[in-house]
Amino acid sequence: MSMATTQSGEPGASPATDPAAESPIARARDLGSAREGGEHWWHERLSSVAVLLLFVWLLVSLLRLPALDHRGVTEWLRQPSAAVPMLLLILATFWHLAMGLKVVIEDYVHEEGNRFLSILLLDFAAVAGAAFALFAVLKIALGPVAP
Amino acid sequence: MHRNPSRPLSPHLTVYKWGPHMLVSILHRITGAGLATIGAAALVWWLTAAASGADAYKDFAGWATSWLGIVVGVGLTWAFFQHMLSGLRHFVMDIGAGFENERNKFWAMMTLAGSILLTAGLWLYIVMGRGA
Repeated sequence: MSMATTQSGEPGASPATDPAAESPIARARDLGSAREGGEHWWHERLSSVAVLLLFVWLLVSLLRLPALDHRGVTEWLRQPSAAVPMLLLILATFWHLAMGLKVVIEDYVHEEGNRFLSILLLDFAAVAGAAFALFAVLKIALGPVAP
Repeated sequence: MHRNPSRPLSPHLTVYKWGPHMLVSILHRITGAGLATIGAAALVWWLTAAASGADAYKDFAGWATSWLGIVVGVGLTWAFFQHMLSGLRHFVMDIGAGFENERNKFWAMMTLAGSILLTAGLWLYIVMGRGA
C-alpha cells in the first residue's frame, strides 16, 4: 500500500484498493477525527463549571477575610473548609488551562514537531505549577501553626 | 503543514464583516491565555509565598500592592470576568440557543459591558470597603 493511495482520501477510488485490506490507522490517517474530540470538549465544559464555582468561592472568601496578610491567609488555609476547596480549585484550574492552551497551540503551531514539543512542555508546566500550588496548600494546612 | 487537498477549506477570518461576536470570541482566547499564564503564575506565587513564611509573603504582598501589581491585578480580574461571562455565553450556545443575529450580538456586547462593570464594582468595593 503506497502513501499516495492512502492520501488520495478516496477509499475505494481505485479498484485495486480494498478498504478491508487496509490497516485501521491507514484508513484513519489525514481524515481528521481520532474520536477524542468529543471527550476533550466535554472535559472542557466539566472543568469550566468546576472553576466557575471554585473561583466564585475563592473571590467571596478572600473578600470576607478580615486581613490578607500572612497570618490571615495561613490561618484561613489551615481550616479544612478552605484547604479542601483550594486543593480542588488548583486541580480544576490547571486541568482547565492545560486543555485550553492545548487548543491554542493546536491552532497556531502548525509544524508537527514543534506542536508535539509545545504540548509536551505545556503539560509539564501545568503539572509542575499544580504540584507547587498543591504542596504549598498542604504545607500550610498540615504544618505547624506560624509563630 | 500537510493538508489533504481533497478536504474542503472553510472560508476564513478575512471574508467576514467585523462584529462584537468576533471580538468576544477572540477575547475569550486572549483572556484565557493571559489567565493561564500570568494568572496561574500569580496564584502559584501567592500560595508558595504563604507556605514559605512571613518574609516571603511580605515580598509577594509588596509586589502585589505596587502600582504595577495593581495594574496586573485589575487586568487579571477583568480577564477573569470577561472569560467567565463569555464562557457562560458559550454554555447557552452549546445547547443551541442564542444564535439569532441580533440576540447573538446583544449578548456578546453584554459580556463586554458586564466584565467592565464587575471589574469596576470589585475594585471599588476593595478600595472603599477595605482600604486595600
